[in-house]
Amino acid sequence: MTVVEERPAPSAAPPPRRGNPVWALLRNSWRQLTSMRTALVLLFLLAVAAIPGSVLPQRSVNRENVAGYFRDHPDLAPVLDRLGGFDVYASPWFAAIYLLLFTSLVGCVVPRLADHVRALRTVPPDAPKRLDRLPQHASGQLADDPAAAAASVAAMLRRRRFRTRVRERDGGVWTVAAEKGYAKESGNLLFHFALLTVLVGVGFGHWYGWHGNRLLVQGADRGFCSLVPQFDESSLGPRVTPGDLPRFCLQLTDFTASFQDNGTPRSFRAAVVVEQDGTTANRTFTVNDPLRLDGANVYLLGHGYAPVLRYTDRYGQQQTKVVPFLPTDGMLTSEGVATFPDVNIDPKTNRRDSTLQVGFEGVYLPTVNPDGSPTSGFPAERAPRLFLTAYRGDLGVEAGLPGSVYALDRSQILSGELKQVSGTRPQTMKPGDAWILDDGTKLEFLGTRPFATVSVRYNPTQSLVLVGAVAGLLGLMLSLAGRRRRLWFRMSPLAGSEGAPAGTVMDAGGLPRTDYPGFGEEFARVVSTVRGDGGEKNEETA
Amino acid sequence: MAELSNQLMALTVLAYLAAMVCHAAEYAFGDRSHIGRAAARPARQLVGAGAPATEGPLVLVEGPADAEAAEPAEVAAEPAVVAEPSRNRGDLAGRIAVGFTVLAALLHLGTLVTRGVAADRMPWGNMYEFTLSVTFVGAATWLGLLSRRPGIRHLGLFVALALVVLLGANGLIAYTPVGPLVPALNSYWFIFHVSTIILSTGILLLGAVPAAMFLIKTGYDNGERRFPYPLGARVPAAETLERLTFRLHAFAFPLFTFGALIAGPLWAEASWGRYWGWDPKEVWAFISWIVYACYLHARATPSVKRTTATWIALLGFLTMLMNLFGVNLFFEGLHSYANAG
Repeated sequence: MTVVEERPAPSAAPPPRRGNPVWALLRNSWRQLTSMRTALVLLFLLAVAAIPGSVLPQRSVNRENVAGYFRDHPDLAPVLDRLGGFDVYASPWFAAIYLLLFTSLVGCVVPRLADHVRALRTVPPDAPKRLDRLPQHASGQLADDPAAAAASVAAMLRRRRFRTRVRERDGGVWTVAAEKGYAKESGNLLFHFALLTVLVGVGFGHWYGWHGNRLLVQGADRGFCSLVPQFDESSLGPRVTPGDLPRFCLQLTDFTASFQDNGTPRSFRAAVVVEQDGTTANRTFTVNDPLRLDGANVYLLGHGYAPVLRYTDRYGQQQTKVVPFLPTDGMLTSEGVATFPDVNIDPKTNRRDSTLQVGFEGVYLPTVNPDGSPTSGFPAERAPRLFLTAYRGDLGVEAGLPGSVYALDRSQILSGELKQVSGTRPQTMKPGDAWILDDGTKLEFLGTRPFATVSVRYNPTQSLVLVGAVAGLLGLMLSLAGRRRRLWFRMSPLAGSEGAPAGTVMDAGGLPRTDYPGFGEEFARVVSTVRGDGGEKNEETA
Repeated sequence: MAELSNQLMALTVLAYLAAMVCHAAEYAFGDRSHIGRAAARPARQLVGAGAPATEGPLVLVEGPADAEAAEPAEVAAEPAVVAEPSRNRGDLAGRIAVGFTVLAALLHLGTLVTRGVAADRMPWGNMYEFTLSVTFVGAATWLGLLSRRPGIRHLGLFVALALVVLLGANGLIAYTPVGPLVPALNSYWFIFHVSTIILSTGILLLGAVPAAMFLIKTGYDNGERRFPYPLGARVPAAETLERLTFRLHAFAFPLFTFGALIAGPLWAEASWGRYWGWDPKEVWAFISWIVYACYLHARATPSVKRTTATWIALLGFLTMLMNLFGVNLFFEGLHSYANAG
C-alpha cells in the first residue's frame, strides 16, 4: 500500500541537547513500553501466564482440589504455592503482566486520542499537486464552470457522508478535499478505553464485592439471615466490613427437583420466604434465574437431603436433629453425621457425662440399589435407606477446635475416647424405623427434609463491566469495519476557451489510508457519478 | 430419529471423504489449472475485464505498486476465464468435489436437524453436538466463500481434510446419545452464547485453512520445495490467501468476543453467580481471544511481517482446538456438560 505522508516534515531538527541521562532513560523506557512490539509481547505473556491456571487447581475455583493436590504432590505443591501456582490470577506476576500491558495501552491510546480529536477538528487537507501520483486517480471534462462543478461534487460527497472542504485557488482553480472513515479510529479508541473500563470495573468489583455460601434446610426453624457468622463460608472484599452487608433473612419453604429416567436432573426450583426491610415476601428461584434482592443476589448452587433423627437417651429425654448429608455423586449418594453431645445427662446431678455422648455416621441413599452396591441408584427418594454406624464416648466437641460438622473427629476414635457401639455392619433404616442401641437408647429415622446450597453475592460494578464490554464490542466492530480514505478533486477552467461556454478539466485522486481492497471500485463509482455517466447519479440523488 | 441422525452423520463423513478424494484427484491430474493461468496474467490487463465500463477521457488505472488492487482484479477476471470450455480431468474432478461438498453439507445439516428433533431442542447440548455444529458452520462458510470466489477451489482439499478429521474424531471420542438438557443449560442465554460461539469457532477454524496455505504458498514462492511446500503449487495467490485469512478472522473475532466475553459472562452471572471465574473453559477462551487479538494487532502493524501475523493466527487455531477437545477431555470444570461421552 502506498503511504503518502500528508503532514509537513518537521521544519528543522531541534538542536542537539545533552539531556539528563536519567530522564533520557526514563523517556526511552516509556517509548519502548508503549511500542506495539512490547504490547504484543505482553499480550502473549498474558496468554501464556493464564495457562497454569487451567492446569493447576485454583483456590478461587475449588479449594478441595488444591488440598488434594497438596496430598498427591507433597514436595512440589509448596513450591508451586510460593510461586502463586494456586492463585494464578491473583499472583503478583500475573498482575505485573496485565498492569504493564494496560500501562502500555494507556501510553499508546492517550496520545492517539489527542491526535484523533485534533484530526476530527481539522478540515481535510488541500489536494496535493500531482493527483496522478496517488494510488487512484482519474481525469475528465465537465460542462459546468469550475466553481459550480466543485460545489456539486462537494454536495455529492457530503451526501456520501464525506467531510468536505472546497477551496478556491489561483487562476480560477477550485479544489474539493474529502475524507471519510474517522469511525475506524474512533472505534479503535473506544475499544481500548472500554478495556480500561472493564479493568477498573473488575478491580472495584473485587474491592467492594462480597459473597457467602450457605446450606439452607427446608423449614421455618432453619432460616438464616445475611450476617457473616451465619454463612458457612464467606469472603468479603478488602473494602467491605461485615456491617456493610444488607439485612435480609431467608427461609426455604419448598424445594422441588425433577429428574430424567437416567438420573440426570431436569429442573430445580426453590421457594423461599424473604424478610427484608420489615416486609415478608414469597419468592421462587431456579438455577438460571437467581433471587435478586436489594443489595445482593441469591444463586441456587446445589441440593441434597437432610435426614431427621430423634434420639431417646437412657433417661427418656428426646432430642431431634435435622442433619444435612452432603452428596458425593450425581445420584445423591450422601454422607453425613449426627452428633448428640448433650444427651444421657442424669437429671439428678444435671451433669454431662462426656463418656456417654453419642454420634452416628453414615450414608444416605435416596434410592437403594437392588444389587446392594453402596451407592444410590436414583437421585429422587424412591427407596430411601439410611446406613448408620453408632459411636459412644467423648465426641471431642469441647476441645474448642473447629471440626467438620459432616464427619466425626477421627482422633477421638483413634485414641479410643469414642468407641463404635454398633455391629460390624452399619444399621439399615427406612423412614419411620427405630433402632435400639446396646445400652437401650433409641434412634428413630423420622424422614428427610430437602436442603439447597445457595450462594449470596454482591458485585457493585457488574453493570459497569457489562457496559465496558458492550462498548468494547461496538468499538471493535467499528474499528474492523471502518476504512479511512481521502478523495481530492481539482477543477481547472478549460484552457483557451475565453468567452466560449465555460468548461472544466477535472482531476481526481484517491488515497486509502487503511487497508481497503474495495477502494478502487468506490473511487471509480464516485468519479463516474461526477462525470454524470451511467444511472449512478440519478440513483444517488433519488 | 436419533438413529437416523447417526446414519446421516456416517454418510456426511463419507461424502466429505469423497469430496476430499475428488479434490485430491483434481490436485493430481489438473495441470496448471485456471487459477494458475489467471494468476499468471498481468494485472493491468485483468482490470479491463471486470472494472466498470470506462469511456471518454476518463482513464482508470490500477496502481502497479498497489498490492491491494490485485485481489479484486483477480476475482473480476475469474468468470471470463472459467467460461472457457475446460475439458481437463482435473477441472472435472474439482467440480465433482464441490458437488460432493454440497451434498455432504446437506447431509451434515440433516444430521443436525434430526438430532435436534430427536432431542426436542437446539442440537448444542454436549461436545458431540457442539463439534457437529461448529464443523457445519465451517463447511457452510466454505461453500459461501466458494460461490463468491470460485478461484479458491483448490483449498477445498484442505477444508475437506480438516472436516473429515474433526468429524471423525468427534464421532469416535465424543459421541453422546441423545438426551435433554441439564437444568444449568436451560436458559435463553443458551441460544445466544452457544450459537455465537459455534458460529465464530466454525469460522475461526475455517480461517486456519487459508492461513496455513498462505504460509505454504509463501514458502513455495520463495523457492522452498521440501514437504509441505509443494502443496502450495496450485493454491491461489499468497495475497488472496492472506486477505481471506484476515477477512475470516476479522469477521469471527467480534462474534467470538460477543459469545465468549459478553453472552457467556451474562449467563454465568445468572447461573453461577459470577460473570467470570477462571473455569478452564473460560481460561482457554481468554487465551484464544488474546492470541487472536495479537493476530489482529500484528496484522495492523506495518513493521510485523504478514507471515509472522499468520503464524499467530495458526497459534490461535491451536488454542481453539485445545479449548474444544483438550479442556473437555483433560480438565475438570463447570463446562463439564461439554464432556465426551
